[in-house]
This record gives sequence, structure tokens and C-alpha cells, in this order.
Amino acid sequence: MPNPPKSGQVNPVSRRQFFRNGARVAAMTGLGALTGVLATRGTAAGWVWQIDPAKCLRCGNCATHCVLEQSAVKCVQAYAQCGYCQLCTGFFAPEPNELTTAAENQLCPTSAIQRTFVEDPYYQYSIDENLCIGCGKCVEGCLRFGNGSFFLQIRHDRCLHCNECAIARVCPGEAFRRVPAQSPYLLKSVAK
Amino acid sequence: MRRISKFGWLGGLLLLLLGGVARAQLLFPPPEFESGYRMPVTTTPPGRALWLQYLDVGVLAACLAVAVWLIYRPRSRRGIFWLSLFSLAYFGFYRKGCICPIGSPQNIAYGLLHPSYSVPVTVVAFFALPLIVALFFGRAFCAGVCPQGALQDFFLIKPIKVPAFLEHGLGLIPYLFLGAGIAYAATGTGFVICRYDPFVPIFRLSGSFFLLAAGVSFLLIGMFVGRPYCRFLCPYGALLKLGSLVSRWRVRVTPETCTQCRLCEHSCPFGALREPAPPGAPAPIPGERRTLGWLLVLLPVLIIAGALAGRALSPVAARLHPTVALAELYARQQQHPVVYGVMTPEALALARMAEQPGTVLEAAADLRGRFRLATAIFGAWFGLVVGIKLILLSLRVSRTDFEPDPGACFACARCFSSCPSERVRRGLPVVTVQPPVPAAASALAK
Repeated sequence: MPNPPKSGQVNPVSRRQFFRNGARVAAMTGLGALTGVLATRGTAAGWVWQIDPAKCLRCGNCATHCVLEQSAVKCVQAYAQCGYCQLCTGFFAPEPNELTTAAENQLCPTSAIQRTFVEDPYYQYSIDENLCIGCGKCVEGCLRFGNGSFFLQIRHDRCLHCNECAIARVCPGEAFRRVPAQSPYLLKSVAK
Repeated sequence: MRRISKFGWLGGLLLLLLGGVARAQLLFPPPEFESGYRMPVTTTPPGRALWLQYLDVGVLAACLAVAVWLIYRPRSRRGIFWLSLFSLAYFGFYRKGCICPIGSPQNIAYGLLHPSYSVPVTVVAFFALPLIVALFFGRAFCAGVCPQGALQDFFLIKPIKVPAFLEHGLGLIPYLFLGAGIAYAATGTGFVICRYDPFVPIFRLSGSFFLLAAGVSFLLIGMFVGRPYCRFLCPYGALLKLGSLVSRWRVRVTPETCTQCRLCEHSCPFGALREPAPPGAPAPIPGERRTLGWLLVLLPVLIIAGALAGRALSPVAARLHPTVALAELYARQQQHPVVYGVMTPEALALARMAEQPGTVLEAAADLRGRFRLATAIFGAWFGLVVGIKLILLSLRVSRTDFEPDPGACFACARCFSSCPSERVRRGLPVVTVQPPVPAAASALAK
């Protein structure tokens, strides 16, 4: 039974009710204080995950550890940094039979790199993102003998923006980090 | 202009050796095209637009308001059903479950301890709004807004009663999961609550086999044990439970005064409905007071024991942090070298560490120190939770009616229609189709 109101009390409040009210006020104050403290830290519009190309070790985890069946990580081409080589070590498998686009000559397991003739002896290499699985084989190939214009990036039109990136926690280079959503890419730029 | 094409592989190698590979400089200078070729630019497709994220917050707020209204005004189970179907579609299958309030305490903890990470406004809103609602109206979020809860709710076919000891025992897990999630977020390890969410992979229709299997198992169990994740695992549910224990308004089975007809007794599939105290409660027994006294003494003992145990287990807990794991792998490698394959993540990580082992080892040592503190606090929290649970169990029941436990009640509105007064209010036939009720109660109902 609830406590009977004491005589002379205008607004009877039971002891439990009093504790509940007090706890609620305390909780609201706490929440307000928490929000206040967080607000003083600056209010970010949001964060997205991105790969720092300088730290990427091309291990291949990006292709397999994304929660998406087709990883949101794709290879991108920094054209200004590309040498447009006829023998591209990011495109051709080591010791290719011929310098043709035949699949057996290619390093990419899904033939996602498109090689198009520009002018003698230059070829343009671009990535078909629908085919790219983000394995980083071409990135390694290009870095080993070339300019390193291929690099891996999270493509934000595909990324689900998980609160915790499933690739980030298995990245051996700790190359994944949160970046502000306003500048969501860490692109390679031409070294001066 | 150099032409790698003429030299082939040998040329490339030669240049590599000659140049000494200054990483900053390009091995092959970009060509100067004569054919009027226009160089494409690297595309940078943007992420989800900010206004859409604010829209999510708006939808959350609107859903919470509708849920509160449905529970307290029309008291409509059907309304809650349709609302949770919408939430499942929007927050679940459209938004793919991220970001959701369940994981948000981790962002708050991480933001508080890592100045470089300012918590986005949307995340703060997702964290705070359901909690504020719980402080005033109970767990309206669980009722009709949470997609994880909705998914389990739709699978409920034949609820069985969970034995009280199991209900109380398993009911402690959410507090521990919450503590662990916050501890791991605070140490910068990662967000374990998000990592082990069993339903988000179902919303995405892709994920690891383990998690998909866990999700399906939860749904299968959920056919008989109502909302198993919500009751026995959900860390945000633990927060909401604490909030709704002190809520201003509470869900009641009956719209008016309870006639003690017991018709609602079996109407809650989640074991949240509590019996009133037996009539004519006896005077306080000294034994009960003694138990309470001992439990109050036990509380600080449990807290201290928990803290010590947590501290002792900190080396194990710290292994989840990638830096600590790498440092341990490195130490093992020094003693018993294992050959990892070329370009495997382990080999690459070890090679990276070998460049400057000192910094990684230092960072790992610093992290281990943080973990000692974090696990001690977590252990103390564990002790506190267990102690308070024991104290609450020893308290005398002072309920006068059949009432939902304010903490455990999901406000799903299922029990309402079992109440004859409610059926009269709605103009429904009072003869109910109910599970067998005691003879006395059915006589009362007539």
C-alpha cells in the first residue's frame, strides 16, 4: 500500500516517488552536462573511415574483411602521378607473355584495370570500380617499380559507414582512421 | 624523357637502383602529351549527405513521439506493431542499422577520453533522445522504434516463461556488456558492442558467418523466449532500464483501477509482469532486515573484489587492442620465430614493427597501464551490479496490483487487451480468448 498522506501535508509525495523524481532530475542534469562537455569539444558534422595511403601495406585484408560482400575499398588512380608506362607493373603480371590486355598477362585478378592507348608510347590506366575488389595487388605492383599512382581508398558511395570499421581492426599497418566527413578522402598528390 | 617501355623489367630495376628510390620523387616523370589528351581527375564520390543524417534524427524523434502517444493515448498494440514494422524497414533494412542508439554509448565514451574525436551531433541525439524519453515515459524506444527489437518481436510465436533465477541471472549480462563496451571504447580498442551485434548483418544481408549464425540463432530462440537479445544482452537496454525505473509516467495494464482479476497474468511474453504482494502483508521480520544488512555490507566487498579481479585479468583483456596484440606477437616472434607467408598481414605488421620496435612497445606498455585502470573500474562495476541486484531481490514487494516491472517492460502494449476494463473502455467483447486462467479469476471476469 502507498504511504497514507500525513495530516497537514498539502501535496503528498511518497518516499519512493521522491527518490524517483530526484533520480530523474539527476539523470537529466547528467545528460545535459554530458552534452555540454561534448559540445565544448567541438561539434563535428560527422566522421567517415578512410585509408592513409602512406601507411597502407597492401596486405589484401581490404578485399576480404569489409562487411559488404563487395568491399567498399577500391583502387584509385592518381592520374597526375602516373607515368602512363607502356609496361605498367601495376597492370601486368610479373614476366608477362606479351604486353597485351589478355587476362593471363594481367596482375589484377578481376581485370578491373582498363588500359587504353593515349599516344605512343603512353597508355592510360583506369579502374573499373564495379570489378575492383580492393585486393591491392596493383597497388603493390605499381609501388614496387613505378610511381605509386595506384592506391586504395574507401569509396563513400559504397561504404556503409559502420560505427566500427571491420577492416580497420585487422589492418596490419593501422592505416585506417576516421577523417572529417567534409574531406572524406586521403588522396595521393604529386610530390614536388 | 625516359621510356620504361623500351627497357622492360631490367630498365625498371636499373632505375630503381640508380635512383636510390627517393620516395618523394616520381620514378617516371608524368609525360607531356602532344595529342591533346586530357587527364581525368580522380573521382571522390561523397558519403551520405548531412541533411539525410539530420533526417534520421528527425525520424527517430518522430517515431519516439508516436510510440509514446500510441502507448499512453489509444493504448494500441496494433499501432505499435505498425510503427515497429516501419522502424524495422527504415532504421533496419534501409539504414542498415548504423548508427543506432545501442552502439552510441561507445562513441560518447570514446569522445570523452579522446580529444581528437568530437562526437557528431547526430550520434549525441541518437544516444540521448531514447534515454530522455525513457526517463519520462519508459522504454518507448524498445516498444516501436528499435529495429533489432522489432525483428525479434516479429519472430515471437509461443513465449515460454523463463525461470526466475535465469531471468535475474541473465538479466545482469546487459550491464556487463555495457561496461565492457565502454571500457573498450575508452581505451581506444574498438567498439565491441557494434562488432558483436547479431542483427545488423541480417539488415545488411551480408556479414561474417559467425554473426549471421548468431543472429539466426537469436531469432530462433526468440520464437519461444521473447526478445532474447533485448532482455539478456542489449547494453543500451540496460541504460533504458535504469532510466525507466525512475520514469515519470508508467505503463499500466489497466486504464483504471485494477480489479485483481488476474486475467493479465500470462499476457506478458517477456516476463515483465509482476504479481502484487500477497494480501495482508506480515510485519517486518527481523531475518529479512538481517539479510539486507549483510547484503549492504557485502556490496563494498563485491566492488573491491571485482576491481581486484578485473585488474588481474587486464593482460587478457588488453589483447583485443591491435597494438598490444602486435607487441605480443613481436615478443613471441623473438623467442619462437614463426615464418609467415610473403605479404600476409602478420608478416607485414611484424615488418612494420621491426622498423621501430621501441615506439610500438612503448605504446603497448602505455595501453596495458590504461587497461589495468579500465578493467579495475569494469570489475568494480560488475561487483556493484551484482550487489545491487542482490539488495533489490531482498527488498519486500509493496505492489498492490498486477503491474509491469517498469525496468523490464518494453511497453509493447500486448497486455492491455487482456484487461476487461480496457476492453470495456474500447467497446470490445469482454469474453477474452486467453490462456487458461484460474477458476476464481474466470468467475470474476464474468
